[in-house]
Amino acid sequence: MTNRISSTFDQLQQKGEKALIPYIMAGDPSLSETESLVLALERSGADLIELGVPFSDPIADGPVIQKAAERALHSGTSLRRILTLVRSLRPKTQIPLILMAYYNTILAMGEAPFCREAVAAGVDGVIVPDMPPEEAEPLWKASESEGPCLVFLLAPTSTSTRKVQVIHRTRGFIYYVSLTGITGAKLQDLNNVRVNVEGIRKKTRKPIAVGFGISTPDDARQVAEFADGVIVGSAFVRLIGDSTQNPDFIERVGQFTRELKEAIRSNGHHPRA
Amino acid sequence: MALIPDKRGRFGKYGGMYVPETLMPAILELEQAYQSARRDRRFQREFQDCLKQYVGRPTPLYLAERLTKKLGGAKIYLKREDLCHTGAHKINNTVGQALLTRRMKKHRVVAETGAGQHGVAVATVAAMFGLEAEIYMGTEDMERQALNVFRMRLLGSKVTGVNAGSRTLKDAISEAMRDWTTNVRTTHYLLGSVLGAHPYPMMIRDFQSVIGRETRRQILAAEGRLPHWLVACVGGGSNSLGLFYPFLKDPNVRMVGVEAGGLGLTSGKHAARFSGGQPGVLHGTMTYLLQDEHGQVNMTHSVSAGLDYPAVGPEHSMHHDSGRIRYTAATDEEALEAFDLLSQEEGIIPALESAHAVAEVIKLAPTLKKHHLMIINLSGRGDKDVQQIARMRGQPL
Repeated sequence: MTNRISSTFDQLQQKGEKALIPYIMAGDPSLSETESLVLALERSGADLIELGVPFSDPIADGPVIQKAAERALHSGTSLRRILTLVRSLRPKTQIPLILMAYYNTILAMGEAPFCREAVAAGVDGVIVPDMPPEEAEPLWKASESEGPCLVFLLAPTSTSTRKVQVIHRTRGFIYYVSLTGITGAKLQDLNNVRVNVEGIRKKTRKPIAVGFGISTPDDARQVAEFADGVIVGSAFVRLIGDSTQNPDFIERVGQFTRELKEAIRSNGHHPRA
Repeated sequence: MALIPDKRGRFGKYGGMYVPETLMPAILELEQAYQSARRDRRFQREFQDCLKQYVGRPTPLYLAERLTKKLGGAKIYLKREDLCHTGAHKINNTVGQALLTRRMKKHRVVAETGAGQHGVAVATVAAMFGLEAEIYMGTEDMERQALNVFRMRLLGSKVTGVNAGSRTLKDAISEAMRDWTTNVRTTHYLLGSVLGAHPYPMMIRDFQSVIGRETRRQILAAEGRLPHWLVACVGGGSNSLGLFYPFLKDPNVRMVGVEAGGLGLTSGKHAARFSGGQPGVLHGTMTYLLQDEHGQVNMTHSVSAGLDYPAVGPEHSMHHDSGRIRYTAATDEEALEAFDLLSQEEGIIPALESAHAVAEVIKLAPTLKKHHLMIINLSGRGDKDVQQIARMRGQPL
């Protein structure tokens, strides 16, 4: 199956490059700023973009993303309005867009209508942090024929049976959570992350992107040594939250993106096994 | 009767395990540990022994003669969970889960608390079993329940204030789940009600159903027949399910769960999930949830911190849909009147949570005949609420 996510990873692999995947909270500070941010991220070197869908009770997120979700909800953001934003972005960019949405926001819309409307708008993938494979059946069924890629997560605590299950189910890529914790925590033992990612790679040819705890160009460079994609979330969200008062905040975000991308590029080509 | 919940932790369409991947292995480990403990006679004996020697069970089933006479209808009994060690039914569950924590060889527990009763029960068993405990509590609740905060600290637990969202029980649960995610290898999440991901709703129901089993024995001994009505308040729903569960198969025993009506159901400021809620997913389970059209969880209000939560245990959602249990609501005002009435008629100061059940009985009992038997689960005592009520009446202590 070809879609924007897979073709992006394929193209990068052919060039010997790794994907930079920024996460920003849609609607923080407003949906129109999100539109400018997406375009700025792409111009500055982002390969795929994760758009957070704000939820009132984000149990997998640390304080930085929690506060961004509060700001986004305050600015009137909803899943439907995010889909409208994606639709209006599509004539301007073909960058893969992946939603990170807690299950209840999708459930409120209905799994099937969500999948239909997301694909029609131009969403490529969806990550549901509180939906393990055990509870994925309804969304899986709805997404299978016409929906966005359902991206599943693996964690340091995942057992080998669960790894097989997730590798089988996930589409687009595997989201490896670098640490036992929530978003915005400090990156722990990088060597351990490498060992785990290499272990997963032995079982699959699907791309593996690593997220949680990656906040500096140096972190990104090190993770890019062994992962196909590097996800940076809280660091972007903090930068946006801290600098929206400044007229040049979009430029600051662009600058940070370029620094990350350069750090990732400075790393040699490590072909997939 | 079919296995409830089923193997996937489902009560009909409700329940399940909606947690991040990081927690899934711990959830499955807990389920396995509980299933094996459930069949282990030694575990059960030790649990029963703790309930007897430490908690002080069985608690009495007390005939409230003056209340009965005053209301002039059904004969009213009180199941005296307020007489448990620490003053509420919460400790039945914390003793069970502490034993399980030891069995899983974990040495730390985290927990949430609303009114502070669960927090105190956690701090108590943590002291008794030598576990390290950290308890999360919304800062608004810390203010409402300052006495319980002090008690938890006195017992050697760490109490951490949660300043996010509504600063109540909901946000305390989110924060406890985040801690659990971070420290999952050493830490057990000692959840306090029949909420959350499977196996919590089943396990906590089982630990609490000692209330109903005793009640059944006691009412048969006192009256030689089963009760007509059981009434209990429903926050997450553990005291009510604990009382109701052993009677579910008795078709002539009717049950009422009383939710927090806050400032009234039309005010929007309440926690009556079955009056204003829709099925949704929060904190690991699918259940009735107070939410907006976009799936964002609504703010709730109740005078009682223990009922101030936007979701309800998934097993309750099933019994609601089937009609087996009737759900109603009592307002803050009605609960406060019931609080006074029980204090002055029976010399028993109820917890504000339990006062909601008494409020329903004030409405229901007079409509029934004298031979009708009614049992209220008096789930906790009201000492913790005295300061708050004094403040509300403009007489701060």
